[in-house]
Amino acid sequence: MTMKRRVFLKGSLAAGTVSVAISAGLLTPGPVLATWSKTAFEAKSVDDALQGIGLSGAAESSDIKIKAPDIAENGAVVPITVSAGMDGAEAIAILASGNNVPLTSNYVLGNGAEPFVSTRVKMAKTGDVVAVVKAGGKVYMNKKEVKVTIGGCGG
Amino acid sequence: MAKKSIKVRAKAKGDMTTVKCLISHPMETGLRKDKKTGQVIPAHFVQEVIGTHNGNTVMTAHWSGGISKNPYLSFKFAGAKKGDTLNISWTDNKGAGDSLDATIK
Repeated sequence: MTMKRRVFLKGSLAAGTVSVAISAGLLTPGPVLATWSKTAFEAKSVDDALQGIGLSGAAESSDIKIKAPDIAENGAVVPITVSAGMDGAEAIAILASGNNVPLTSNYVLGNGAEPFVSTRVKMAKTGDVVAVVKAGGKVYMNKKEVKVTIGGCGG
Repeated sequence: MAKKSIKVRAKAKGDMTTVKCLISHPMETGLRKDKKTGQVIPAHFVQEVIGTHNGNTVMTAHWSGGISKNPYLSFKFAGAKKGDTLNISWTDNKGAGDSLDATIK
């Protein structure tokens, strides 16, 4: 519990910094309310990261398709495609559980956007690629293991 | 921005538009060390990528250093037609950024 409190304190501090940056005109806030979450992108575990972006408590679902190689020779570039079969998807997050900072990216889907995202991520070591989709107020997740021969973080 | 840092290809097929974009950026995680000096290379990565069509934000991507160097992003959205303009813009953690208007083909 003490740990959670620490994380929470850190989060509120970070949020303060962001709002200062916005008022100073350093960051232009977009029309979408969601901002880059420092807590989530610095969280060291998958659960903490998901909590940071408000996608915790995901239920496993096979409607989420993750296209990723079974074996990635170069962990610096692992192509990943996530698509979801459910209607009304609002957000997609891609995490690499073996990384120092598991949350690689978080996508907020705007009006008319399909639940489809394709990108390339870095993977430090063999681990699960976790895709989390928020649709209709519910959170779903799926994962796929990717074996990494040469890590892509640090060095 | 001296050089164009974004490459976008947007293709409309029926009602669905597929967007593929490449951004040139070093994407340093802040964990890597310089081999010669042993110094840690400071984090430098794209934090936010936004795709806008007709004033409607179709995609907001938040990234960490866990995205590969010279990042690639592809997404799909409905409601655009050929000849429309799609704007892609990015901002990194040092406050730099770029934006580009692309025509949907």
